[in-house]
Amino acid sequence: MTIGTNVMNSWRKSGSPMIWLTSGAVSISLIAVIGLLILIAWRGLVYFWPSTIYQFDVVNPQGQVETVIGEVYEIDSIPAQRLRENGHNIPSEVTEVESKLVKTGNREFVELDFRWLLGPTITKQQALPNLAVFERNKNGNFYGFINSVTVDGKKKTGEMATLVATLDDALARVETLQEQADELQSSEINSINYKLEKIRLKQRRYEIDNELTPERLADLDAQRKTLNDKYLVHEAKLFKFRNEMTRDFVTVKDMRGELVDINLSYLLSFNLPNQMGVITKFGHWLVNIGSFVMDDPREANTEGGVFPAIFGTIFMVMLMAVIVTPFGVVAAIYLHEYAKKNVFTKFIRIAVINLAGVPSVVYGVFGLGFFVYILGGSIDELFYPESSPSPVFGSPGVMWSALTLAILTLPVVIVSTEEGLSRIPISLRQGSLALGATKAETLWKVIIPMASPAIMTGLILAVARAAGEVAPLMLVGVVKMAPTLPVDGNFPFFHLDRKFMHLGFHIYDVGFQSPNVEAARPLVFASSFLLVTVIVGLNMAAIRIRNLLREKYRSLEH
Amino acid sequence: MSQSADTLTSRQRSDLGASDPLRAFKDKLAQYSITMGGLMVLMTLLMIFGYLLYVVEPVFRNASIEIQQQQKLEANTNVVATGSDELNEIAYYYTDKGQLRFYPLVETSPAKSVVELPLVASQSISSIASSGSDVAFGLNDGGLMVSQPSFMMSFTDKGREITPQVRYPLGEESLTIDAQGQPLTQLAFQRDEEQVSAVALTQDHRLLLSTLVAEENFMTEEIEWVSETNQLHGIPTSISKLQITPDQRLLFVLSSNQLYIYDIVAGAFDAPRQVVEINEPGAKVTDISLMSGGSSILVGNSNGVITQWFETKSDRGRRLTKIRNFTVEGSVEKIQAEPFRKTFAVLNDKGDLRLFHSTSEADLLDEPLVNKATALQFSPRNNALIFTTKDSIDFYNLENEHPEVTWSALWQEVWYEGYPEADYVWQSTSASDDFEPKLSLVPISFGTIKAALYAMLFAVPIAIAGAIYTAYFMPPNLRKVVKPTVETMEALPTVILGFLAGLWLAPIVEEYLPFVFMIIFVIPATIVLFAFIHHKLPKKWRNILNEEYSTLMLIPIILLASMACYGLSPMIEEALMGGDARMFISNELGIDFDQRNALIVGIAMGFAVIPTIFSITEDAIFSVPQHLSNGSLALGATRWQTLVGVVLLTASPGIFSAVMMGLGRAVGETMIVLMATGNTPIMDWNIFEGMRTLSANIAVEMPESEVGSTHYRVLFLAAFVLFIFTFFFNTVAEVVRQRLRDRYGSL
Repeated sequence: MTIGTNVMNSWRKSGSPMIWLTSGAVSISLIAVIGLLILIAWRGLVYFWPSTIYQFDVVNPQGQVETVIGEVYEIDSIPAQRLRENGHNIPSEVTEVESKLVKTGNREFVELDFRWLLGPTITKQQALPNLAVFERNKNGNFYGFINSVTVDGKKKTGEMATLVATLDDALARVETLQEQADELQSSEINSINYKLEKIRLKQRRYEIDNELTPERLADLDAQRKTLNDKYLVHEAKLFKFRNEMTRDFVTVKDMRGELVDINLSYLLSFNLPNQMGVITKFGHWLVNIGSFVMDDPREANTEGGVFPAIFGTIFMVMLMAVIVTPFGVVAAIYLHEYAKKNVFTKFIRIAVINLAGVPSVVYGVFGLGFFVYILGGSIDELFYPESSPSPVFGSPGVMWSALTLAILTLPVVIVSTEEGLSRIPISLRQGSLALGATKAETLWKVIIPMASPAIMTGLILAVARAAGEVAPLMLVGVVKMAPTLPVDGNFPFFHLDRKFMHLGFHIYDVGFQSPNVEAARPLVFASSFLLVTVIVGLNMAAIRIRNLLREKYRSLEH
Repeated sequence: MSQSADTLTSRQRSDLGASDPLRAFKDKLAQYSITMGGLMVLMTLLMIFGYLLYVVEPVFRNASIEIQQQQKLEANTNVVATGSDELNEIAYYYTDKGQLRFYPLVETSPAKSVVELPLVASQSISSIASSGSDVAFGLNDGGLMVSQPSFMMSFTDKGREITPQVRYPLGEESLTIDAQGQPLTQLAFQRDEEQVSAVALTQDHRLLLSTLVAEENFMTEEIEWVSETNQLHGIPTSISKLQITPDQRLLFVLSSNQLYIYDIVAGAFDAPRQVVEINEPGAKVTDISLMSGGSSILVGNSNGVITQWFETKSDRGRRLTKIRNFTVEGSVEKIQAEPFRKTFAVLNDKGDLRLFHSTSEADLLDEPLVNKATALQFSPRNNALIFTTKDSIDFYNLENEHPEVTWSALWQEVWYEGYPEADYVWQSTSASDDFEPKLSLVPISFGTIKAALYAMLFAVPIAIAGAIYTAYFMPPNLRKVVKPTVETMEALPTVILGFLAGLWLAPIVEEYLPFVFMIIFVIPATIVLFAFIHHKLPKKWRNILNEEYSTLMLIPIILLASMACYGLSPMIEEALMGGDARMFISNELGIDFDQRNALIVGIAMGFAVIPTIFSITEDAIFSVPQHLSNGSLALGATRWQTLVGVVLLTASPGIFSAVMMGLGRAVGETMIVLMATGNTPIMDWNIFEGMRTLSANIAVEMPESEVGSTHYRVLFLAAFVLFIFTFFFNTVAEVVRQRLRDRYGSL
């Protein structure tokens, strides 16, 4: 006994338990990071996997048997006690009841498209092979059995395989038409609208400057007329496409046992997931990921893809990179190559640290007040008096967001570049100077090329930081739904005054502001996964470049 | 390094200048432009600082007045009411003869005009009351006439044109208040869309309340006024002033120093509900005035004290309570409150004008007037004051943008109208019109500190312990992987952490509350237990399970322990808390419980802060010179003793600066608190309730606030406070770190 206590005591005195505890802290941190990444990846990727559709026979409180068709979303166990208190009839030996959250879709026919089913009420659960899921551009998914397909007024019934084939063909036709209509809409019609607006502004400009002569007015009117005529032609074409699209429909038997016609113009795709093998499912999974990245959002952002958000994020971040790089690099060169070691330099260093530490929302406030209202307001007054009272640059937009984030990420570029500069051996500078180069030439020809990987690292880190920042953007330019992208085919192609969508804000908006959080949550996980992949990827790349750089200079030093 | 490069260049430069002026010029140009670039960083910081101050500064400015125009009056004109249009281009006054005279304030306005009130020949004005832009006249035959000057705006080729008009909202014929036809000697009046109330004192000392209710005629769709007149009883023998609240609920009757309060909406006409002595000791009441919204009453005294009263709830029902005092020199002559805000103007017997804001207790202005005035009126937009003097009407421009903000209103308890006591409140907007914004920065600053502290509580132990191990005990090959992994966490967008905290973690924590509190004790205990078991293992086993890789060994152990806690959680909940931890906490312990609370924020934000603290601490410990710890080990200290006694001591400034940096980050973090709390501005340390932080407040309210408004500027002030907070933490951290670097340099 005493020996045991002694061992224990000496072990305690050696500090070993404390070392183990500190080691545990590292383990906890690692579990947290890796666990978080796995959680996001798992929940984000599972979203795209075609899930099995079940048909449940459920006894409802009135004692009748009801059919419910849908995907199982979540399984939870509820203490039986709580259910008994709520008046459910649960046998006394049961302590926990399994409960399933089922997504039933068919939003226009049921009150809620999500429903909790209690285990004991389910009498039968089967994954019938002919159950189909229809993805629609309105009202979400529809679940049911294909009953017939009506093509060009002819109703076709029969074998499931032939029905599917017919539907596939009909859908392909609609898709082609849709593509043509979209093309027309996005290029021709959009461009006409844009030009008409330009003409209106031009006329307003003449009016303001008192230069609107009758000839000019006649000219503008003529232009307007040509455009309007063109528009009518395109519009007729567009209506024709749209009309063509509504020709066919599919008739589906839903869980109430009723036949519902789904017009193919609303149908985006359909699947029979219960017939799919793992490989087919994997194919579909890839297709789903692809369309998530490439499609526009639908249903108030809770369905469809996130393409505009990805595009907006990338465009804003690139714009920011263009702004921040020269300033950051110049500041770093000053600090490392030119600044003398005095109080003033110390101040600048403190300023850099503080710029890095100021909360991002403060930058947002500054950007809104200074860039948007003061700078943007002045630009509007000087260059765009014709569009008053609606602001051009005097309201939040992608340029101000990029500028704001450029200030925010400036310290990242400075610190990283400076680190790179400090790793370049002094002998290289001396060599260059000894050969008669000026300091500027040394910098330009020797130092900067050598520091370029470090600059690159800083830039990547800055981009990663900017891509994840949301709070300042909420003030200076991001919106939940932007009608147009900041880049399009209309001159001058880049529209820096436009508002834009952002992946990070999309997560906040869909996760917290959408009316149907339950339906939107998987999509938010998918968006999160996308954002995390991009940001972690960028960071890894930056770390990798930095490490390579270190290796390179280590060899130079010897 | 750069020092030596510098000396070289200067030597070279002298030669170069002679040989190639272009190159020398380029060199100079580069030097200057790069120096400019360096300065720009400092300038940016100063510009942010300066701009924030520039936006905030007007909030603390005092009011100012400046005379714009003096309108001479004809002899024997008694002015009974004054006013102006919204743009301060036309002013008007009523005379006691029933005339309304408009006159221009700027050159472009239409010339003077006179409108005669449509009185019958036998009628004359015996009393007057005004409310808003309405002016009501009590007549000598017991009748009531209401008029309202209005201004038509039209746009013509020459620009904007304003035409003055008079409207009679209750018709051009007078309404009969007193059926007995006695002259009305005192009058109070209020009107809204649906109802009109007029209280009049007749010459034979009866107090009559006339209520008119608007009813729409079904046939013609015209509004008809249905009137009902009641006599009020229990009135004092002398009445000096009558006032009706704008909601037409209460009637105040002033009789020398006593205020009689009638609850007219309840139909209690027989006796006053309450009689209050409202004078200051030893002084007489000289004037009373209702504040905008009508909840407060201002009482002026002959000794220069103005008191503000409003009803508060007490055990005896709602009672009029004295809230605060303001003092002017001499005796108070006249009090006039602003129509929409809580500013009021006071005239004293010396002819000085004082401006106060009641809620913020701001002393806005103290200035002598050119002519001593007897009455005053605010312009509709509160940007001008119109004074009635003996022989003129003086129009003053008034600059008083932000009276509601003072240092004390922002940081001290304020007693708002309708509140039982003074309190810190942040409530910037509301649906109702006569709402008074309550802009105390205390609750949101408190929220910021609360969120940051809970985050630090979670982050500091883990981050510092982890950094110690990684820097001092971990084998280098493992460290090379672990450090970047933990630092990856820093790159995770906070919006994702916030989303996970709010939608994934919060429901789990709510459901498995005992689990969260169990793991705090179970995990350390498990680690120590495992360590002891490891210590007792046979040597062969210990060599296989090398202690150097304890971090990796502990990962499954910790996961298992957590899973055990997770599984046990419902049972513990059943056994100790009656099956529902949330109900138990809110009902049995009496602690409020929100799903998104400080615990969630602490965990999520702690997560965001861990990498910051970890990284800097690790660097600090790792850069402690090797020979220091070697010395200690050589003297026989154990590794742990060396760490505590030598390494940590040397690295402590670095650790301090790491904590400061972490705190700075936690204070400024926006998205996590925005998403993981309910954002209610409450002041409570309760871990199960949420908070609202400065940063989240800015993010939520900034997009909706009107540019240049008080709210906008106060939000900038919040940003400024945040800036100063983080500036302080970061600067301290940086200075400490620079010192440390210098010291290690010498070691």
